[in-house]
Amino acid sequence: MTTTDEPSAPGQAGAAGGSGRLGPPPWLALVFLLPALLFLGAYIIYPIVFSVYRSLWDAPGLEFVGLDNYVRMFTRPDTFIALRNNVIWLIVAPALVTVAGLIFAVLTERIRWATAFKIVIFMPMAISFLASGVIFRLVYEQDPESGLANAVITTVHDTFSPSAAYPDARPRPDGPVEPAGDVYVLESWAQPGRSVLVPLVGVSAEEVPAEAEPAAEAETRPGAITGTVWVDFTRGGGGEEGAIDPSESGLPAMEVQAWMDGELYATAMTGPDGTFALTGLEDGDYTVQLAAENFTEPYNGLNWLGPTLITPSIIAAYLWVWAGFAMVLIAAGLAAIPRDALEAARVDGATEWQVFRRVTVPLLSPVLMVVFVTLMIYVLKIFDLVFVIAPGSVRADANVLALEMWQVSFGVNDQGLGSALAVFLLVLVVPAMIFQIRRFRREES
Amino acid sequence: MPEHQWRGRGALAVAAAGALVAASACSPGSTPGAGSGELAGVELLVAAKWTGVEQDNFTEVLAAFEEETGATVNYESTGEDTGAYLGPKIEAEEPPDVAILPQPGLVAEYAEQEALVPLSGEAAGALEENYTDYWRELGSVDGEAYGVLLKAAHKSIVWYRPDSFEEAGVSAPETWDDLTGETATTLSDAGITPFSMCGASGWTLTDWFENVYLSQHGPEAYDQLVAREIPWDDDTVVETLETLGEVWGEEDWLAGGTDGAVQTDFPTCVTEVYGQENAAMVYEADFVAASAQEAGATVGEDAQAFPFPAVGEDPPVVVGGDIAVAMTEKEGVQQLMAYLASPEAQTTWAGLGGYLSANSEVQPDAYPDEFTQTLAQTILEAGDNVRYDLSDQVPSQFGATEGKGMWAVLQDYLRDPSDPEAAAADLEEAAASAE
Repeated sequence: MTTTDEPSAPGQAGAAGGSGRLGPPPWLALVFLLPALLFLGAYIIYPIVFSVYRSLWDAPGLEFVGLDNYVRMFTRPDTFIALRNNVIWLIVAPALVTVAGLIFAVLTERIRWATAFKIVIFMPMAISFLASGVIFRLVYEQDPESGLANAVITTVHDTFSPSAAYPDARPRPDGPVEPAGDVYVLESWAQPGRSVLVPLVGVSAEEVPAEAEPAAEAETRPGAITGTVWVDFTRGGGGEEGAIDPSESGLPAMEVQAWMDGELYATAMTGPDGTFALTGLEDGDYTVQLAAENFTEPYNGLNWLGPTLITPSIIAAYLWVWAGFAMVLIAAGLAAIPRDALEAARVDGATEWQVFRRVTVPLLSPVLMVVFVTLMIYVLKIFDLVFVIAPGSVRADANVLALEMWQVSFGVNDQGLGSALAVFLLVLVVPAMIFQIRRFRREES
Repeated sequence: MPEHQWRGRGALAVAAAGALVAASACSPGSTPGAGSGELAGVELLVAAKWTGVEQDNFTEVLAAFEEETGATVNYESTGEDTGAYLGPKIEAEEPPDVAILPQPGLVAEYAEQEALVPLSGEAAGALEENYTDYWRELGSVDGEAYGVLLKAAHKSIVWYRPDSFEEAGVSAPETWDDLTGETATTLSDAGITPFSMCGASGWTLTDWFENVYLSQHGPEAYDQLVAREIPWDDDTVVETLETLGEVWGEEDWLAGGTDGAVQTDFPTCVTEVYGQENAAMVYEADFVAASAQEAGATVGEDAQAFPFPAVGEDPPVVVGGDIAVAMTEKEGVQQLMAYLASPEAQTTWAGLGGYLSANSEVQPDAYPDEFTQTLAQTILEAGDNVRYDLSDQVPSQFGATEGKGMWAVLQDYLRDPSDPEAAAADLEEAAASAE
């Protein structure tokens, strides 16, 4: 505002006045610093001081409570769950991201389409964390129809062990068929020349294959156990339990076995009307059983959003977002490494691994350290990904300090305790910041 | 459109002047009556949690007020957690002019913080005229009326898909034993998953609990539990949890199994029933209608509901609702409150569907279908046995916070309902720490 003539004036005054002092007077320095100081004061110092002050007052801010909020903070189990998760984050995430960044950086040095590759890896940084969170919330959905992660896993799994035709079929609790482990067993013995009924329920109309026909009673045959496996449920109600009613459908392609004394004697598949014939049997008492393969539950993938996997799942999303950032910084550091050191090592007969391990990494360590510590600071205040990805039912399990602070301050409306949590978070970040500042100082000198 | 914008700009100056006058003169009852163009240029902000269809319907109701008075009323969605939205705004002394609070607990909380403006003039009159004592009490703190129960929710109905019931040959159950022993079992035998759960939205689980508890142990015990005269680890609570376990513990009965039940939020669980047709029943309040319609079902035809079955002697009637409060003394705020409390506004809203009124002056024939008419009638008639949603009456830290208190404990219990005693003990611990 009034600085139009000031910058030149003091310089001249100093030189001409011969006051024995070179350079502008100290008060001018203060004038120049003032905007920055005001800015820092309003946006950083004041909020910190106010948070500390606020943390000494009760929830509505009406009564002074001293250190009460801090006592409460450290006696609530919620704080410890959040703290535990922050510790997991702190141990796993920065190391993981730095290593991933290092690998990408070193590998992209050698490939032809390095820039394209780097852009792809860096791309997630261009998306807001909230949007990344929404993307990963969908990726981790339980239902393979909508969740990408489980779609991949189940596809791979089903390629090796296809799921069964009737995963939901089961006997009625008080019917003639009993579950025994994975298989269903007919309660009473069966003898060749007799016909048996194997009623099942729990098969929906869509699950019954198109080729199925109305169930029919099997004809008896000498030397064979015959029978029917069918859906013992009349759609629309009515129907007699345990008897074949006209509209009830047979269950085709069901594997039926005859066992005696722990030995398998015969196997048969049911036809379209659900009938089967276990042939070639000598007289005796056989156990008729439905093989486990008929009922194998479809593999549903992992429970990414469940209480156990939630934190690793979110860390994986974090890796996706931040790997590019680490890669770019490390790649810049890599470009600055003196090539002759690497060449010298190679000439001396070092293998590529040894070059990487003994030369590249030590020379890169200052950069790696910067990336690592920066990530540590970011990880301590992680909020958005946890907030978006964790469903309400696992929020408590995935909780972190920053989220807890927000929730206590504005969800429960206890800004006293919230401020105490904020101060605690600040204290946790301070060591990393001091370390960072020291490093910058050392580099400058 | 440009013309409208110009008017809007002039409005700001008028609104500012109006606010000054209101602040300095601040005498209740002195606000001029609403008339055509009376509030031209005044701009008001209303915040509520409604989104989607519910938001559209509400803005349509507000549009009538705009037309009548010339004021501009803007709507802002607070998201699921109204407390988290309003907290910082109150702290910054920049609250919306009118907020719709999902819990009476918040009315008391904010009144204590002196963040609310009591109803005065015609707004107070409208409340007096149109509401019964029970509902007025709900929005009052220390005898001072702050809130209007704007939108009631009937929380004692179970929604089902009639074609699935027909396929299984079952009918709507009247008692809990019929529900578990007959309806759900038969559906399951037919290969139809009986229930879709909305476990990721914790409040739906508290609603299950409330209905079973109210029916099992009666309204008096219910009130005592609210007041913590009965502790949460009491035998009655354990018994209710055991009863809930009869459904929650049957993994085969829940769409997507236990994992699916815990991860599905509201209204996805409604889509599971009426969109994907993965399940036959979903328990939640009347406002499911809006989501069911969105999923392509016609309410009353392929989306029907039966009263929550009686667990004890009588079937429960639990009601929830959103309460409108005034948060500033700006010109037009009290008129808007009066309008919201009026039968005209609520009749308009009723006609749009997905809405129930607790206003005694709203006629049953205002509702578009017979089903909603019956619901409205039950709320008005159930009399002394109606109870307001329990989780919304207890401190919000215990009853209405994501990942905490009742929500978290019941979600854990849904995940593993093997130990009702431990769950009850957790509830007691959470309730005690929220005091």
